Amino acid sequence: METELRSRSIVVIVPPADRNTDPNFLEQPQLHDDTRFAAGKIAIFQYSTVIIFLFLISGFWRLQVQSPEKYEERAEQNRIKSRPLYAPRGRILDRDGRIIVDNHVSSALLLTRENLKLEDLKPIAEGLDLNAVDLQTKVGRISRSPKYVPIRLKDELSPADMAFVNSHRDVFPELDVISSQPRLYPHDGMMAHVIGYTGEVTQAELDSADFAKYKQGDVVGQFGIEREYNDTLTGVDGQQRVEVDNRGQVRQEFKMDEKPAVPGKDLQLTIDLDLQAVAEIAMDGKNGAVVALDPRTGEILAMVSRPTFDPNKFTGRISTKDWNAINNNPDKPMMNRAIQAQFAPGSTFKPIVALAGLESGSINEQFSVHCPGYVTLYGHTFHCWQKGGHGTLSLHNGIVHSCDTYFYTIGNKMGIDIMAQYADMVGFGHPTGVDLPGEAVGGVPSPAEVLHKYHRKWYAGETVPVAIGQGDLTVTPIQLARALGGLAMGGVWYRPHLVKGQAPSAKDKTEWPLDPVHVEDVVDGMYGVVNEGGTGVRGAIPGLDFCGKTGSAQLESLDKAKEMAAKGLNTKENAWFVGFAPRRDPEIVAVALFEHGEHGQFAATIVRDVVKAYFDKKARIQTWLQQHSAVSASVAAVSTLGLPGRY
Amino acid sequence: MPRYLATRDIDWTLLLIVLLICAVGILQIYSTTLGTNLHSAWWKQILYILSGLVLMGMVVPTDYHGMLHHVPMLYIGSTVALLGTFAIGEQVFGSRRWIPIPHTGINLQVSEFAKLVIILLVARYLTDLRKDELDVGEMLKLAGLVLIPTVLVFEQPDMGTALTYIAVLAGGVFIAGLHWKYILIAVLCVGITVPVGLHFLKDYQKARLTSFMDPDQDPQGAGWQVRQSQTAIGSGGMFGKGVTKGTQAQLHFLPVPDKDFVFSAFAEEHGFVGVVVVLALYFVMIMRIVQNAQTAPERAGMYICMGVAALLLSHILINVGMVVGLMPVTGIPLPFMSAGGSSIWTSFLALGLVNNVRLRRFVN
Repeated sequence: METELRSRSIVVIVPPADRNTDPNFLEQPQLHDDTRFAAGKIAIFQYSTVIIFLFLISGFWRLQVQSPEKYEERAEQNRIKSRPLYAPRGRILDRDGRIIVDNHVSSALLLTRENLKLEDLKPIAEGLDLNAVDLQTKVGRISRSPKYVPIRLKDELSPADMAFVNSHRDVFPELDVISSQPRLYPHDGMMAHVIGYTGEVTQAELDSADFAKYKQGDVVGQFGIEREYNDTLTGVDGQQRVEVDNRGQVRQEFKMDEKPAVPGKDLQLTIDLDLQAVAEIAMDGKNGAVVALDPRTGEILAMVSRPTFDPNKFTGRISTKDWNAINNNPDKPMMNRAIQAQFAPGSTFKPIVALAGLESGSINEQFSVHCPGYVTLYGHTFHCWQKGGHGTLSLHNGIVHSCDTYFYTIGNKMGIDIMAQYADMVGFGHPTGVDLPGEAVGGVPSPAEVLHKYHRKWYAGETVPVAIGQGDLTVTPIQLARALGGLAMGGVWYRPHLVKGQAPSAKDKTEWPLDPVHVEDVVDGMYGVVNEGGTGVRGAIPGLDFCGKTGSAQLESLDKAKEMAAKGLNTKENAWFVGFAPRRDPEIVAVALFEHGEHGQFAATIVRDVVKAYFDKKARIQTWLQQHSAVSASVAAVSTLGLPGRY
Repeated sequence: MPRYLATRDIDWTLLLIVLLICAVGILQIYSTTLGTNLHSAWWKQILYILSGLVLMGMVVPTDYHGMLHHVPMLYIGSTVALLGTFAIGEQVFGSRRWIPIPHTGINLQVSEFAKLVIILLVARYLTDLRKDELDVGEMLKLAGLVLIPTVLVFEQPDMGTALTYIAVLAGGVFIAGLHWKYILIAVLCVGITVPVGLHFLKDYQKARLTSFMDPDQDPQGAGWQVRQSQTAIGSGGMFGKGVTKGTQAQLHFLPVPDKDFVFSAFAEEHGFVGVVVVLALYFVMIMRIVQNAQTAPERAGMYICMGVAALLLSHILINVGMVVGLMPVTGIPLPFMSAGGSSIWTSFLALGLVNNVRLRRFVN
């Protein structure tokens, strides 16, 4: 009852007070509390509601019924990402199958371009210690490629880089960390010049024919073997389709759609790591180069250039500081002196002059010259390095004691044309064809060349210094090794090369019919240099028929040298040594160039060490084989099965 | 015992429809939070709904006339509470909307509950007039009263909720009877003030408006949410991708797929058919509430029901319109579907008001 009363009273009283009985309201118009007046408006509200719902449904109709394909495609673009599977490069092995260059597991950072915001580039570059301008150019350059091709931002991510990426996943979803297998090179720049390094392909390279099949962002060999055999070492990158969330985190991998990466092929070098190590150690602290090769095949057993650089610094992104340090170094550490240093060969040229004399008939091996310490030709006095003179010498002793007077005389006797002809024959002035990029060719002076280059006649006096390997004659260490090796072989020259198992071609072998007696005369002279108290006694190896020739080459004319000395530059002569062993049928020929080494005998010890290491190893293997003949038989049996297991 | 307060008089049809919508919401929250650290949201939502039902049950027996009597206090109280959010509010996503309740981990969104106060305020004010037509002075007074909490909410900033206050006001004023010429003037005024008002919008609000005009123009910035939502909806097609199969929601391309964008997650997984079914449920819900307004015993009850209808309709229009790209992005929840206690409780309290009126319809 109470409730009934209250609800009845509401109609009259509420709210808030009884206004109908309040005298203050009496003059106001009559008040209503029925709802009929609103019926029409409520109907309008209902119609509006119908319209609103139809309006909303029209939106869904447009999206879900009229063009769902468009949005399905968008959803797939959101969800499915293609990411590259980087193919590891082939390994680089030494001649015994030992690994020189391997890959290691690391992380690379990609910048995916599907959702790239240009204004993000700057903070990303700052966070990762990259150059923002470079990055922007890079993004601009790649803009023509399809959107799914990512930009390779950085390799070998540091913990700091990873921390940056992880803490900014929400802000920069375009960053994607994937696994990569960058190069791991030997430490301390060992073999750096032979191996070279890899890096991201440059625009200039992309424009060249060599790199036609590569695309922006690919990592390619840019120096040394890596460059020369880039196509062999490079694998084929695969592709993976993954499902990602909005932060780019991979949720699912679609194995079925995966195109696996094909690793690059391994490359076996002719380099013998044992010899290489000896040569590297022998060159410690010196500038120069060592080349050792097998004259019977042209296989390069060791190649060193000093100073060196650390190729590992190039595998990520080399810092500007490191790059400047390498680039501005006056000693040019990036230069492979073994194939690029062009210097006068000095006395190492004398065996070739001697051969030229014998072969051309200008002299015979009995031809004698008296050396008072100098000789005067064309009104000019040419000094022998031995101030007191050598007395009277025949060809043999002329080579053994490296008598300048002897060679001035016979060089003058045979003339520049014959010397140039034989220099040309042994390969000076021509590329050896070694399988490395950027080989230098040196130069052989001749009247024809002088006429062509300087438009003048050849002065007779110019012939004389050429006979002792001075003048305008320049060679590279590898040219010298090839030249003397082929000479010792009796006139067969093979193309020096670094990679095993190449199909031999006719161009790889050059032959000249030399008189074996003449070759023997020259070789015996070189034997005497080392073993008969000649200039190269420091190179002697007990129990081994080691032959060689020293050389000390002036860098410049005497006047120029004084000038340079005044500037504080090193004017000491370059020391050369070329040696081979054994005396007959040589197995190894080695050249050492010791810049500013002063005298060839200081280069002789380097070659000696390398040659000795070669024969020591050979002896070790023979001893081992004798002791383990049974084992070796089984090893041989296994190897014929073609099983993997070179080690 | 009073006959007319029998439980059978409660609008069971309305309740059933609402609970169906709630069930769809729970399913969708379950699906989109699967495998995330928000996965407890679905059973929390059940708790919110159950407690919402309890709140509704508590509101029904309390005669709405008593509530109307206390409107001045409620109004002052809610305005103070809204001011309080500026002082002690939790800042989330750059906006201060929530007041934390100590020891519960629950953040109350005052602006949600204030909606009910606005409904009661409008009902009380218009009832008090007892005229069949509203004159401008009275309308401006009411508008002034509503505008104070509206501006406070707008400044939080929460443009969407502020708009729902205006919707309640507009609905009430429309029913109360504003002369056509005033409606025309109001429309003209809005037409003039919108460009001026744009000047006072915050940058992100402006960005949302421009991105609404053309979401593809800036696919990474403000248009991103709309674009992702449209992608989700469109890729659902006619029949949807299936529960927990919606890639846009599951892989988090869709922003807040359990809250503001719950309907686009639903549209992705259930397609156009699902959308039509749920929108039909919402439509029937609104119509039931309007029917309760029609059967209300007197003006106060009618205004309350129409206020609730206008509130829920504006919510649906703004939220669903936003996810489908027909309305600008304003972060407001979809009633009964979006995860969140404040929204659920407010919605059930509003239903409680409707039933409150319904139970007293045979008074005369």
